[in-house]
Amino acid sequence: MHAVDTSWVLISAALVLFMTPGLALFYGGMVRSKNVLAVMMNNFVAMGVVTVLWAVIACSLVFGHDVGHGLIGNFSLAGLGGMAHGLPGFAHDGASPLAIVTFQMMFAVITAALISGGTTDRIKFPSFVLFICLWLLLVYVPLAHWVFSPGGWLAHRGVLDFAGGTVVEINSGFSTLAIVLVLGRRRGWPSEGMAPHSVPLSLLGVGILWFGWFGFNAGSALGMNDVAVHAFVNTALAAAAGLLGWLCFERVRESYPTTLGAASGAVAGMVAITPCAGFVTPMASLLIGALAGVICAMAVRLKFRLRYDDCLDVLGVHGVGGLVGMVLLGLFATRAVDPHGANGLIAGGGLHLMGVQVLAAAVTVAFSFSVTWLLAKAIDRTIGLRVTPEQEYTGLDLTQHAESAYSYGGMGRIGS
Amino acid sequence: MKLIVAIVKPFKVGEVKRKLEEFGVHGLTLTEAQGFGRQRGHTEVYRGAEYQVDFVPKVRVEVIVLDDQVEGAVSAIVAGAHTGSIGDGKLWVQPLDTVARVRTGERGPDAL
Repeated sequence: MHAVDTSWVLISAALVLFMTPGLALFYGGMVRSKNVLAVMMNNFVAMGVVTVLWAVIACSLVFGHDVGHGLIGNFSLAGLGGMAHGLPGFAHDGASPLAIVTFQMMFAVITAALISGGTTDRIKFPSFVLFICLWLLLVYVPLAHWVFSPGGWLAHRGVLDFAGGTVVEINSGFSTLAIVLVLGRRRGWPSEGMAPHSVPLSLLGVGILWFGWFGFNAGSALGMNDVAVHAFVNTALAAAAGLLGWLCFERVRESYPTTLGAASGAVAGMVAITPCAGFVTPMASLLIGALAGVICAMAVRLKFRLRYDDCLDVLGVHGVGGLVGMVLLGLFATRAVDPHGANGLIAGGGLHLMGVQVLAAAVTVAFSFSVTWLLAKAIDRTIGLRVTPEQEYTGLDLTQHAESAYSYGGMGRIGS
Repeated sequence: MKLIVAIVKPFKVGEVKRKLEEFGVHGLTLTEAQGFGRQRGHTEVYRGAEYQVDFVPKVRVEVIVLDDQVEGAVSAIVAGAHTGSIGDGKLWVQPLDTVARVRTGERGPDAL
């Protein structure tokens, strides 16, 4: 095994894993205090079940030998075995195959965890667990195989997606839309105020996401090389531009520049650069990040207009940001950064790449939304997705987990 | 004996306490409260969603005084809590039937 490549992949795996507790903090701060533990629990339980499912079977379905037509992998890697001869389609002189699939495992974890941002305040815990287990196998696995595995049909078509603009971002965004449509709006939304209970917690979470994203994007080079360095730098630039873009939008179109807006803008920038990271120039990253900051700032307002309760804007930031990134890649991709990539429109590659990027985006939207919707419906019809109105008023922390996040006041819990 | 309840701005509590001590009332109880009268609240914005918060943080000060101390205590509190802007607060005086000191069991004016 190549030691340097493998060490970078392992470090990146740890960085990406750290993003899930970071996401838990980001989400946790934005919900009401009676539901903070529940949303964090959704993130932590994803770290549990998705890890196990990945190791046992999902990894193989994604990265195993393709069974035909680029649709799905086989069972050759089940139980994280069968890697003695490397991963199908991957170079043999690169990072350790086990390291690569462990790195990829963290992607599956966080994509599932992202969905918890739409289901806050009203989803039953056992239903959420069942949902993400089935969703992983029915939605994430096929998409990941199509795009990330060299045998996948979208990869075959020449789709460029460096770190998961489709598999992680568009997928999580539109899967969340599907489940929130089935779940229904929170009681009292949007007329009742449901303000974040701890913006500092959210800001800390974004800081962790920012840090971890360097692993998410640069690690996707699966080795230490020029492309990885570009991906790292592009991530930093897109985050900064996204932050400023969102802030400018707020200042110009609304009233105050907010900390939550700055943090969300940084996330939006990083979401958009995720598919582009190793394929574009630093200056293009600034542009991509800035556009994502502005477009996502507008997109999150949509839910009030169209009346769907995507509580924490998974669609608005991840879904829309992913679309922005995938499409802009058709414009900005250049072989000057990654010779194994492709040239987009500006680098003289014509519209061919743009065509496959749009195809990949469209396929992801259609597939993730429709299958998730059916899955959510099926669970809702059987064990039910939503808590009772009483439970919703009391809060999920107490009713789902018998826990309370904070003891108010210096006296703690008075009486017992 | 009378109970004086005063709703005041949180940052004026130190001043109220000082004025009461100068007058000769040593002892008070404080609770955190929220309220509004003519002073309206403020607007908060989170990702484009505006939240109108009507309630303003206040502090509720309670002191027990003898009947002949009421005027002086009320003046002390008003002097301590006053800023001149909307939201300075209100106070009211309630009659008390019984007061007891927990440590000794004394009743009435001796409990003060």
